[in-house]
Amino acid sequence: MYDTSDIRKGLKVLMDGNPFTIVEFQFVKPGKGAAFTRTKFKNLLTGAVVERNIRSGEKLEPANVEDRTMQFLYKEGEDLVFMDESSYEQVHVRADMVTNSNLLKDNLSCQVLFFNERPVDVTLPTFVYLEVKESEPGVKGDTTGNVTKPAKVETGAEIAVPLFIRIGDTIKIDTRTGEYVERVNK
Amino acid sequence: MIRGRVVAVTGDVALVRTARGDVKVKHPGSVEPGDLVQLEGAGAPLERVRPYLRGDYPTPDTELARLGRVRLGNLAARSRALGALRAFFASRDFVEVETPLRVKAPGLEVHLTAIESEGSFLITSPEYQMKRLLAAGMERIYQVCKCFRAEEEGAHHASEFTMCEWYRAWDSIAAIEDDVQALVAEVARTVNGEAIVTVGGRRIDVGGAWKRMTVAEAMKEWAGVVIDGDESSEALKDKLVDAGIAFGTATAWDDLFYCAFVDRVEPAIAALDEPLLLVDWPVQLAALARRSPANDRVVERFEAYVGGIELANAFGELTDPLEQRARFEDDLAARRERGRAIYPIDEKLIAALTEGLPPSAGVALGVDRLIMLVLGAEHIRDVLAFTSDEL
Repeated sequence: MYDTSDIRKGLKVLMDGNPFTIVEFQFVKPGKGAAFTRTKFKNLLTGAVVERNIRSGEKLEPANVEDRTMQFLYKEGEDLVFMDESSYEQVHVRADMVTNSNLLKDNLSCQVLFFNERPVDVTLPTFVYLEVKESEPGVKGDTTGNVTKPAKVETGAEIAVPLFIRIGDTIKIDTRTGEYVERVNK
Repeated sequence: MIRGRVVAVTGDVALVRTARGDVKVKHPGSVEPGDLVQLEGAGAPLERVRPYLRGDYPTPDTELARLGRVRLGNLAARSRALGALRAFFASRDFVEVETPLRVKAPGLEVHLTAIESEGSFLITSPEYQMKRLLAAGMERIYQVCKCFRAEEEGAHHASEFTMCEWYRAWDSIAAIEDDVQALVAEVARTVNGEAIVTVGGRRIDVGGAWKRMTVAEAMKEWAGVVIDGDESSEALKDKLVDAGIAFGTATAWDDLFYCAFVDRVEPAIAALDEPLLLVDWPVQLAALARRSPANDRVVERFEAYVGGIELANAFGELTDPLEQRARFEDDLAARRERGRAIYPIDEKLIAALTEGLPPSAGVALGVDRLIMLVLGAEHIRDVLAFTSDEL
C-alpha cells in the first residue's frame, strides 16, 4: 500500500476497481488540521480525471499494472502493433490511446503499460530523432529569433522548426509536447 | 545598477547576459568586468559588466539563470515588504523581540512535527517564549523569525519559513483583527502603490473592511454541514455522510471536520474575490484559544484568508494554567494515539501562566505567503532566496 508521502506524478493506483495514474498533486494543510494531498487521478482506461483529497495517514492501493518494453512494428488500420522485445509476443493498441502516435518510427522501443494483461497506455521515449522529408527553404538572414516554419518528418508528423532546418536534416523532438528541440549533427 | 555578464566577444561586439536578456554591446577595445557599457538601442541604459567565469555560450548553468530575474526582483520587493512591516509595528508602538529558535519543548500541536537539533528542537512557532515575555510585563511585542516544520513542502509550504507573530497584552482579539487587515493593506500599498494583491492573476482589494464569517456559517453554506461544535465524532460522521462528503478512514472529530473543510470550504474561500476572516472556531479546534464568553461552543480564534491562501491564525489567548496543561495532555494523548513524536510539556510556559498572564490576544502570520500575495507569486519558492532543494 502507498501512503501520501509516496504520491508523485505517474504513480499507478487502484481505486474502485480502476487503474489510475496521478497527474497532479498539491500539499495542503488547513488551519491546524491534518495534512492532505489534493490529488488529480487520471483513469488509465477512460482518460477521465478525478480529484480527491487524500488525508495524511490514508492508504492507496497499488494498481496491478506492468510496464513492458516493446518495439513498434507497424500500423494496421486503427491499431498500432507492438512486439515484446524478449518474448516476441505481439499486441495491438488503438492508435487514439497513444499521445503523439504520429512520432512512432518502425522498431522504436516504447514502454507499454498493461493492466490485467491488457495494454492500456504507450509511452514513447522522451526524445525521438526523425529525418525531415518536406520543408520550404527558410529565408536567409534571421536565423536567431523564434520564427518557425512547418516541416514534415519521416513518420508523416508535421513539426514547427526553425528556419535553418533543411530537408535531410535529423531533428530531435520531445514526444511529451510534440515540439522540436534541436538539430542533430550526424 | 542593472548588471550583465559578458558571455561572448566577437570583434568589437560583446554579447552580455543581463537581467533583461542577452544584449549586444559595442565597445571600443576590450570589456573588463566592472566596466560600465552602453547597450545597443536608443535610450538603452548603462550596464555594469560582471566577471564572467565561464566563456561558453549559451550557458544556463549560472546563478542568474537558475534563480531567474523575476525571483531576484521578488527578493528586492521582499526587502521593501519587510521594511513596511517593521514600520507598521513601530507606528503602533510594538517592540520587536527575538526569542531562541532552538528550544527544549517545541509546539505540541497534533499535526506539527518539529525538527530535532542536537537534543533540542527548532521552533514550529515562537509563541511559548513570547507569552513568557507577556507574563514578564511586555505589552505589545512582535517577532519576525524563521520557523521549522518537518514534512511540509508545497506551493504554499516550505519546511523552513518566515513567521511574523505579535501579541497584545490587555487587549482583545478585535484589535488583532484590525492589525491584520491594516498590516496587509499597508504592505501591499508600500510595494504595489495600492492596497491590491494578486492570486492566480486575480486582483483582490485588501484595503477595505474584510468579509467576516463564522466557521459554522461557512460549513453550513459551503459544505452543507450544520456543526454544533460539541457533537460526538459519530454524529459528525453522519452529517458528512448526509452531505455526500468522503472521509476515508477518518474517525477523529478534527479529521472529519477537515475532510469537509478541504473538500468544500477551502475551494469556496479560494473562489471569493475578497479577503475573509473566518471567526468563532468550534471548541474541538480550540488549540491555544480561550472560550468565547458569549458562546461556550466556540473559542476566540480567527483565520485570515486572502484569495484562498491561509495567511494568519489568531487567538484570544488561553491564560488559564490548568486548562493549558489539560490541553497539552490532550495533545500528547492524540499524538501518542496517532504514533507521532512525543515532546516535553514546556513547564516554563505553564509556570509563567501560573504566575499570571494578562488577558492577551496574538496572531501568527506567514510572511512568505504575504509576500507571495503582494507580488502575485504562484509558488513559495518564488519569494525565497533558496529552498532546501536548491542547497
